[in-house]
Amino acid sequence: MQRQINKNGELQHLLTIEGLPAAMLHHILDTAESFVSVTEREVKKVPLLRGKAIFNLFFEPSTRTRTTFEIAAKRLSADVINLNISASSQSKGETLLDTVNNLSAMHADMFIVRHAQSGAAHLIANHVAPEIHVINAGDGRHAHPTQALLDMYTIRHFKRDFHELRVAIIGDIMHSRVARSQIHALTTLGVPEVRVIAPKTLLPKGVEHLGVHPYHDMSKGLKDVDVLLMLRLQNERMQGALLPSAQEYFKYYGLTPEKLALAKPDAIVMHPGPMNRGIEIDSAVADGPQSVILPQVTFGIAVRMAVMSILAGS
Amino acid sequence: MKIHIKNGRLIDPKSHLDRKTDIFVAAGKVAAIGEPPPNFSASHEIDANGLVVCPGLVDLSARLREPGYEYRATLESEMEAAIAGGITSLACPPDTDPPLDEPGLVEMLKYRARGLNQAHVFPVGALTQGLLGENLTEMAELSDAGCVAFSHAERPLDNALVMMRAMQYAATFDLPVWLRAQDASLSRIGVAHEGEVATRLGLPGIPTCAETIALSKILRLAEETGARVHICRISSAEGVEMIRQAKKQGLPVTCDVSANHIHLSEMDIGFFDSNCHLIPPLRNLRDRDALKRGLKDGTIDAVCSDHTPVDDDAKLLPFAEAEAGATGLELLLPLVLKWAEESKVPLVDALSRITSRPAAVLGIESGILSPGAAADLCIFAADAYWKIEAKSLKSQGKNTPFLGLEMKGRVKYTLVGGRIVYKANPS
Repeated sequence: MQRQINKNGELQHLLTIEGLPAAMLHHILDTAESFVSVTEREVKKVPLLRGKAIFNLFFEPSTRTRTTFEIAAKRLSADVINLNISASSQSKGETLLDTVNNLSAMHADMFIVRHAQSGAAHLIANHVAPEIHVINAGDGRHAHPTQALLDMYTIRHFKRDFHELRVAIIGDIMHSRVARSQIHALTTLGVPEVRVIAPKTLLPKGVEHLGVHPYHDMSKGLKDVDVLLMLRLQNERMQGALLPSAQEYFKYYGLTPEKLALAKPDAIVMHPGPMNRGIEIDSAVADGPQSVILPQVTFGIAVRMAVMSILAGS
Repeated sequence: MKIHIKNGRLIDPKSHLDRKTDIFVAAGKVAAIGEPPPNFSASHEIDANGLVVCPGLVDLSARLREPGYEYRATLESEMEAAIAGGITSLACPPDTDPPLDEPGLVEMLKYRARGLNQAHVFPVGALTQGLLGENLTEMAELSDAGCVAFSHAERPLDNALVMMRAMQYAATFDLPVWLRAQDASLSRIGVAHEGEVATRLGLPGIPTCAETIALSKILRLAEETGARVHICRISSAEGVEMIRQAKKQGLPVTCDVSANHIHLSEMDIGFFDSNCHLIPPLRNLRDRDALKRGLKDGTIDAVCSDHTPVDDDAKLLPFAEAEAGATGLELLLPLVLKWAEESKVPLVDALSRITSRPAAVLGIESGILSPGAAADLCIFAADAYWKIEAKSLKSQGKNTPFLGLEMKGRVKYTLVGGRIVYKANPS
């Protein structure tokens, strides 16, 4: 379980938020804070990872996450190699570990992995040489730790103290790696009340064992909330046996100004992107004064710089 | 060959015999127990001092991977593993490639197994052609060819009408139907028990009701058709309770559990240990404890190895993509001994779950040690520890959740039909 922390107590890989101590999370957020100023400078580069080879291993298509990792790596002066694997070796029948072994032979220092299967990043981390670091950029429904960290950064930036907050995660919890990582991060950082709001078809069984309170009704779940974490509803979930239609979903679970008014007046609204306007979130909210969706993106680069420099910086 | 096995602790679960005595083997059979038969002169002596002598083990589910999957394991390698595990009779499920749905295939398998002259192989025939769940197989012919029962292995059999007809037809010839209770639509994408661990790891779940709904259908159809039904590898507390009630009502139903499931739970998956990707899924601790209790009180008749050799390539994948299954033939005895010790079950009772009782499920004259019975014997050191690791396993399948653990109970000799087919290296 603690494979991502080495015997000196240092972060060896970042695979999941689960099990990381609060001090480690704050250390990452503090480091990110020091990088935010870098991203605002005219010369947006620091030489911390000069000469390091970072491989973006994306077995699942992604533009946004891959790009932010790429920008973060470049600002740390690393060499970045982007591999869109779904289109190459996998279709030729090469196994996941064969791909990784081949790339390791090219003297990689770090793999940033996105894969459709839960546990893929753990599998890779268990098999690479000890000097290689693995960052999980999203594995199946399991975890997306850097997204959760940038969300925590954003919350800390706007709300300062985690210990007084009421946070609601709204949407497709069942299939969401983002939600799972957010839940671990929030509970680790001492948020006293984390709610999840979704119809029963989109809540995984036993979700309360993760330390959250399930709600099925937005009017109850949003009451007096400080932070709203919206989730993306994948297109394929909008019909079939999980949900009858996107329209009905929006009516009952889409975040509109009226529903947002139930939360605290200074509540902030976040979304990991890409957004489905008019399905999980109304444009008036997404572009409204309480939305911090764009700052999230900016902070995301600093947080990823922090994680990479903590893992591989000397 | 005449063999004198002396000073062993002789255990025959069927007759409840458990005492230190000698046993004499001649002409492939148990000739006498205690005193030698008249004019007996042994050509071979086995000193079983400190060892248990019991009937050869009977395993209700072992995949031998032939025909069709010889790259995973061969009959040769897996039969070696069976006798190294003290198993002298085993049933193999029909999900080979092609499935065991034609007499010719069954005869070939029987012929190949006989040629190796080791454990007895009892093929379980396919209940429907190609295991497709549509047309019945020639069960009577398959039975003549050597099939002892009919099952659908792990393939879905959703159509209740086909299931009912298959049971009716099997009942016509008094052939047993073996089924694993799992509703296909509720489990299609699942890879782990739908519960706390699957939720935490983001793995698609298989709910408990996938078992109970299917089990309820099977039990009602058994009642309707009068078929003799055996439930393979029960996995949930609720399922055990349903079997308990069905038995109470006098339904002719029997049931087994995999040796993995009486020791492990979903918690053992840890962070995606693909060795714990098993069918049925490992459920929660309450389920595991109910399985142990059900085994103790007799609701569950037998423990099977659920031996499924999988090669490393098929396991070194993300959990959901990794092939399900674990090697088991050589672990059956140690795992049952572990259960007996933990659950405070006397050895003679514990051994019945892997000898006389599965033999009764199979309907074979085996798993007993009385004079005149076939001399299929297992002689083991109950207190000898050994480490489960790739090099200590004969099976071509090296993957098991118990890899790296020390286990108690090492087979020293295995006899089939009065011949010593396995002798452990002295160590």
